[in-house]
Amino acid sequence: MKHTIFRILRYTKPYWAHLVLALFCTLIGVLLSLFVPILIGEAVDLALGVGEVDFAGLGQVLVKLAAFVVVSGVFQWMAGLFVNRLAFGVVRELRTELTEKLGKMPISYIDGHARGDIMARVVPDIEILSDGLLQGFAQLFTGVVTIGGTLYFMLTRNVRITVIVVLMTPLSLLLAAKLTTLSHSTFQKQTQLRGDIGALTEELVGNQRIVKVFAYEKRAEERFSEVNAALGEAGRKATFYSSLSNPSTRFVNGLIYAAVGTVGALGAIGVLPWVGVMSIGMLASFLSYANQYTKPFNEISGVITELQNAVTCAQRVFAVLDAPPEPDDSHCLMLTDSKGHIALRDVSFSYVPEKPLIRHFSMEAKPGQRIAIVGPTGCGKSTIINLLLRFYEIGGGEILLDGRSTRELTRDSLRSQFGMVLQETWIFTGTVAENIAYGKPDATPEEIEQAARAVHAHGFIKRLPEGYQTVISENSGLSQGQKQLLCIARIMLTDPPMLILDEATSSIDLRTEHRIQRAFEKLMRGRTSFIIAHRLSTIRSADHILVMRDGSIIEQGDHASLIAKNGFYAELYNSQFAGSGETA
Amino acid sequence: MQKLFRFLKPYRRELIIGPLFKLLEAIFELIVPVVMAKIIDNGIARQDSGYILRHCGLIVLLGICGLCFALTCQYLAAKCAFGYGTTLRKELYCHINTLSCTELDRLGTSTLVNRITNDVTASLSGVNMFIRLASRAPFLIIGAIVMVLIIDWRLSLIFLAIAPIVAFLLWFVMHKTIPMYGANQKRLDGIARRTGETLDGMRVIRAFSRQKEEAKRFADDCADLEQAMLAVGRISAVLNPLTFVVMNLGIVAVLWFGGVHVNTGLLSQGDLTAFANYMTQILLAMVALANLIQILTKAQASSLRVAEVLETPGSMQDGTELPDTDGSEAIAFSHVNFTYQGAGDTALSDISFTLQKGQTLGIIGGTGSGKSTLASLIYRAYDAAEGEIRLFGKDIRTYSLDALHHCIGTVPQKAVLFTGTIAENLRWADADATEDDLQWALEIAQAADFVAALPYQMQTHLVQGGRNLSGGQKQRLTIARALAGKPAMLILDDSMSALDYATDAALRKALAACRDMTKVIISQRATSIADADLILVLEDGVCVGQGTHTELLERCTVYKEIYDSQMQQ
Repeated sequence: MKHTIFRILRYTKPYWAHLVLALFCTLIGVLLSLFVPILIGEAVDLALGVGEVDFAGLGQVLVKLAAFVVVSGVFQWMAGLFVNRLAFGVVRELRTELTEKLGKMPISYIDGHARGDIMARVVPDIEILSDGLLQGFAQLFTGVVTIGGTLYFMLTRNVRITVIVVLMTPLSLLLAAKLTTLSHSTFQKQTQLRGDIGALTEELVGNQRIVKVFAYEKRAEERFSEVNAALGEAGRKATFYSSLSNPSTRFVNGLIYAAVGTVGALGAIGVLPWVGVMSIGMLASFLSYANQYTKPFNEISGVITELQNAVTCAQRVFAVLDAPPEPDDSHCLMLTDSKGHIALRDVSFSYVPEKPLIRHFSMEAKPGQRIAIVGPTGCGKSTIINLLLRFYEIGGGEILLDGRSTRELTRDSLRSQFGMVLQETWIFTGTVAENIAYGKPDATPEEIEQAARAVHAHGFIKRLPEGYQTVISENSGLSQGQKQLLCIARIMLTDPPMLILDEATSSIDLRTEHRIQRAFEKLMRGRTSFIIAHRLSTIRSADHILVMRDGSIIEQGDHASLIAKNGFYAELYNSQFAGSGETA
Repeated sequence: MQKLFRFLKPYRRELIIGPLFKLLEAIFELIVPVVMAKIIDNGIARQDSGYILRHCGLIVLLGICGLCFALTCQYLAAKCAFGYGTTLRKELYCHINTLSCTELDRLGTSTLVNRITNDVTASLSGVNMFIRLASRAPFLIIGAIVMVLIIDWRLSLIFLAIAPIVAFLLWFVMHKTIPMYGANQKRLDGIARRTGETLDGMRVIRAFSRQKEEAKRFADDCADLEQAMLAVGRISAVLNPLTFVVMNLGIVAVLWFGGVHVNTGLLSQGDLTAFANYMTQILLAMVALANLIQILTKAQASSLRVAEVLETPGSMQDGTELPDTDGSEAIAFSHVNFTYQGAGDTALSDISFTLQKGQTLGIIGGTGSGKSTLASLIYRAYDAAEGEIRLFGKDIRTYSLDALHHCIGTVPQKAVLFTGTIAENLRWADADATEDDLQWALEIAQAADFVAALPYQMQTHLVQGGRNLSGGQKQRLTIARALAGKPAMLILDDSMSALDYATDAALRKALAACRDMTKVIISQRATSIADADLILVLEDGVCVGQGTHTELLERCTVYKEIYDSQMQQ
């Protein structure tokens, strides 16, 4: 917990000026406000009784009081502004760093964590952290200054009563510490459950359509209720435990107040001579100091709850920041223009150690060749792509690009050699034009339209309410095929030496596919291309066909030779006409 | 907003008793300065140490009682707030379940998730703090006012003059910041949405090496939020210091005129001390009130967002009839038109056809021709704008949606599975499906072999979205999931795209054996639907041909073109 707090503090570094100013303003503001009870006490002492009021003195004291109050107010206000800047700045910094980090995480991390849980860390966790930081910082420092200042004033008035007050302080601290440990574990549980409910909600509401068509609502509600109830229970406990500290410390404060009152009053009448001389005005201001001295303890114990909450959330955020990123490759070679010669030598790979997926896989793609990978679902076709682009690192063997191991290249430069269209489309919230120009942000509107025309998407884009400027998103009503066309248009704009088409046209009807075939032909000309498709029509013209089964190649060659061989490929190929064979 | 109050109803007792106990604590706290004033006026004046000790004992006693009252209040507050929050969250989720796709499309997922998680939490914190503080602060203020009125009503006029100033201040800050907090919540929604999209598109982003630009866009969003938060902060930062200044200037005036009254004998010195003490107490209570108002302001902004969803009515009217799937007519469309909300073009126009029980309907057509839209009308994701849709012999709108969906097994285009085991996923349609039912579904869906090869078979755990499976495996499991409910009708929305031809053919053969099941198959492949009893050929939302494979080959040029393009090889 301490470690986390120091780490949060490190983020305040760029704002050290704000920090110093905030501390300074708080210091001035609080110290001046501490004079208020003294001055009130002094004023009361000047009004002794009928005909015994010193108006000249009273006037002076009151002018001083008014001045102190106004100046203190101004400084408190400024301190607030500086703290805001500091806290919101840190939050921005953390959130930016967190999302930047997500871009550097191995794909396996993203694949292995619930989307909702990661999102919970980016949004609510950091919000809570910000609240805790803001309140915690402001109140903690105010509290410390108040305690220090009050202590000083009390000491200058009466050392002995001050000693009584100080001796009673540990009672308050002890109580607060006890309650804090009590609530800490419940807070952790609450935060974890909050992540759980975020993940569950994200998954269910994100796929509401499926929930609906399966009439799954009731059971979804049951599952939701279960986590929700647990969260409610944990939250209730955490909140109750943490809310104990405030009244408890207030009670201790009351005891201190009573003690000061007793000792002071007894001192004033001379029963306790060791207390020293004590005027009524002094007792009054001492009583208010006793109050003021203990209040910060009370507030600090409240702040500790906030901080605890913030620290738990910070730990979740830091857990992501600390997860190992893709290893640094800045010392690696920046590949600028490859010829497109790819060779896989004896490559092995598995997602989980106990289940080897790819075993001793070797193949070669010469520049400009068209390589097709076919095979039944789940045989490891898409995995080859994960490995080519180094989304996952190979377990054994090596992948060579232009004769150089891809491990010697920076991942970014390696990836930028490939143009990739995946079966799972990705459309982000933005205009159609922005989506098409994703790989080439400086593309002109003409280039964008040309790309869209090449994939026959221009027609439907024109029919959208605002054409190329229509804002679309994954769920904005475009059909799967239309989204796929946009993803292909994206590639049309870039000029990579190599292409990867993983079921790139699976949701596009054959007529449209047929029409965009020309564009594809043009795109693939002179480029090494890897094509994964079930429609063997796309594959027939490939230079080299790899037939995969269970993670290894069982046949390879061109279409004609594979058909002639009459093996697994021929079986696959003929099966696509089987359906019509019965009717036709 | 009113809508949210009903969730507090079951906690009426806590809502009344909680603040009441807090009130008692405040009363006791208020008596303390009186006792102290007595000690000063009587104990010290009369030099009576016994009096002093007795009264200090009283102060301790008051403290103990106060503690007990406060603890009771905190307990009730936590109980009420979390009870309220838990019910609200559940109701909110259940309400989202009643919304139709039209509203879901409009609202978007990320904001709904945010409202369920963050906004509900903010709202319940508001309730919690309300119980804990709302009675205390105003009561301390009112009580202190009563006390100062008793001590010296003329002096109290000073306070009565500044009270409206502070009230105005509170109102002003609240009035200004509530909309700003709401706007900031929206910005947070945007950040959540972008995070989700970035996670989904991680592979594409990296393939284009756009991580830096994505990070930049994020940084911009975060900086924008920072500016907006600072803007709200600037306004609310005024509240505390200004209250402090105004109240203390009041005390200055009290001390001056108090001095005058002491001079003329209207007031004793002890009373003046007490008066000043009460003014300080009022000040502290005012500051507490100001803080409470800030918390409540945020809670209010969040509550409004929750209420907004709760007040969005589901646009789909639920029916009551239970489908009788034994009749001969399965689906009948007559002159159906449909347009998506906010879209310009009609998505479907003038669609009419009839399908008998056990028959197979094939739908084929170009990308964006309206195939999926037509399917979503059959399972009533949307209502037709014009025309009539009859299912199992009755208007589709007369059925209970729940019962209707139990009769229809749907396989969506995008293969989505959920966190949990394969068996749990397969039991989506029917929670009580037996092991044999699931096995039967897996076999028809051609998924039995690969599931059997998994380390834990049907008990294998799927990571979110089934990320640990290949596209084709996921697709076959989604088909099995739909079949496991033994539906009277099965809708396959281009759900075989990731299957190789051999698996596709085997699947169709297995489906054909389920003679009682009505099947709707949407496909890009002519071979997948060639056997269908009725084929609809769609182009730009219009049905350009319907009939059997042989009929269409003769009559429908579009169909012939599609077929030829696939068979030319």
